[in-house]
Amino acid sequence: MAELTKKEKSKRYLNPYLGGVLLGLVLLSCNFISGRGLGASGAVKSVVGASIQAVDKKAADHSLFMAEFKEGHGDKPLKNWLVIEVLGVIVGAFISGAVWGRLKFRVEHSPKITSQKRLLFALIGGALFGFGAQLARGCTSGAALSGMAVLSLAGFVTMMAIFGTAFALAYFFRKLWI
Amino acid sequence: MGPLVANGIISENTNLLLAFFIGIGFGFVLESSGFSSSRKLAGVFYGYDMVVLKVFFTAAITAMLGLLFMSLFGWVDLDQVYVNPLFLRSAIVGGVVMGAGFIMGGFCPGTGICGASIGKIDAILFSVGLFVGVYFFAFTYSWWEKLYKATPLGGKKVSDALGMSDGLFALVLILVAMGMFYAAEWAEKKFPREEY
Repeated sequence: MAELTKKEKSKRYLNPYLGGVLLGLVLLSCNFISGRGLGASGAVKSVVGASIQAVDKKAADHSLFMAEFKEGHGDKPLKNWLVIEVLGVIVGAFISGAVWGRLKFRVEHSPKITSQKRLLFALIGGALFGFGAQLARGCTSGAALSGMAVLSLAGFVTMMAIFGTAFALAYFFRKLWI
Repeated sequence: MGPLVANGIISENTNLLLAFFIGIGFGFVLESSGFSSSRKLAGVFYGYDMVVLKVFFTAAITAMLGLLFMSLFGWVDLDQVYVNPLFLRSAIVGGVVMGAGFIMGGFCPGTGICGASIGKIDAILFSVGLFVGVYFFAFTYSWWEKLYKATPLGGKKVSDALGMSDGLFALVLILVAMGMFYAAEWAEKKFPREEY
């Protein structure tokens, strides 16, 4: 086989079904070892709560959010399973990007929109996702995927709400993608 | 035997160390599958790239079957595995808001972090957005508290809710997933992807 060009190599991905089995095995070992699922948005919550605590030591006295946060996260909110797992995610994704030659600063966007528009919608989308994940007590990984693996009703409800809404809105945002 | 930490086979600190390695596996598989690209992720909503559906459902089935078999062999006590509780109203409203964020931003939190790790600037902005959203929730919590705590249904299982055994539900889910994989392969042929 001819040597792949750099660009061709950077567009190669795992077979999706193999990727799915591997992801499933990661999730399975996670449940076997730690008795819990994977997650992402929970780590953001820990960092947010820890930062509020650092600025205002008495935040828990006047903010209900911080009072409940302290109850759930204790005195060291950053020494937390999800925070450490997400640090691992950053390292793991970086290693994979290095292996496949995908480490590069760039804005990925459809040629039909400017990169400014892509960045604006990325920021808005992130804010909505962060907010929604708080309300639903987890995101696509923590609530939907990990929930489904343990047959949790919450996992299925959240999964259907996320994907159903995105499908329903796809027509209105098609210019961003196609 | 399992979960290891609940049964004192490993200590809490070892558990935290292993969390780091589990995270590496998670991030590596997500990036290798193409989940660091918003273009690939959004494809599932237009049919040109169904990688999200294929990876997501294959992973859910693999882990689900693994847990059911490990429980059958007595290797893991499912009563000690965390089942996230359902608060019906906030799960639906939160899911709807997340769905809107998904189609606009093209990432979810885990994949956004992956994209940011390999230098995607749109993913970095998405991750900044995550913090904006969570800070907003934290500072306006009193507005949402009622909705957040409404309709608590506990850590209910979908199989119980449908009156099925776990195994039967797993079988149904596998058949549904097979049907979706078939539709996904068809969609990718019907809606070819424009390269850029």
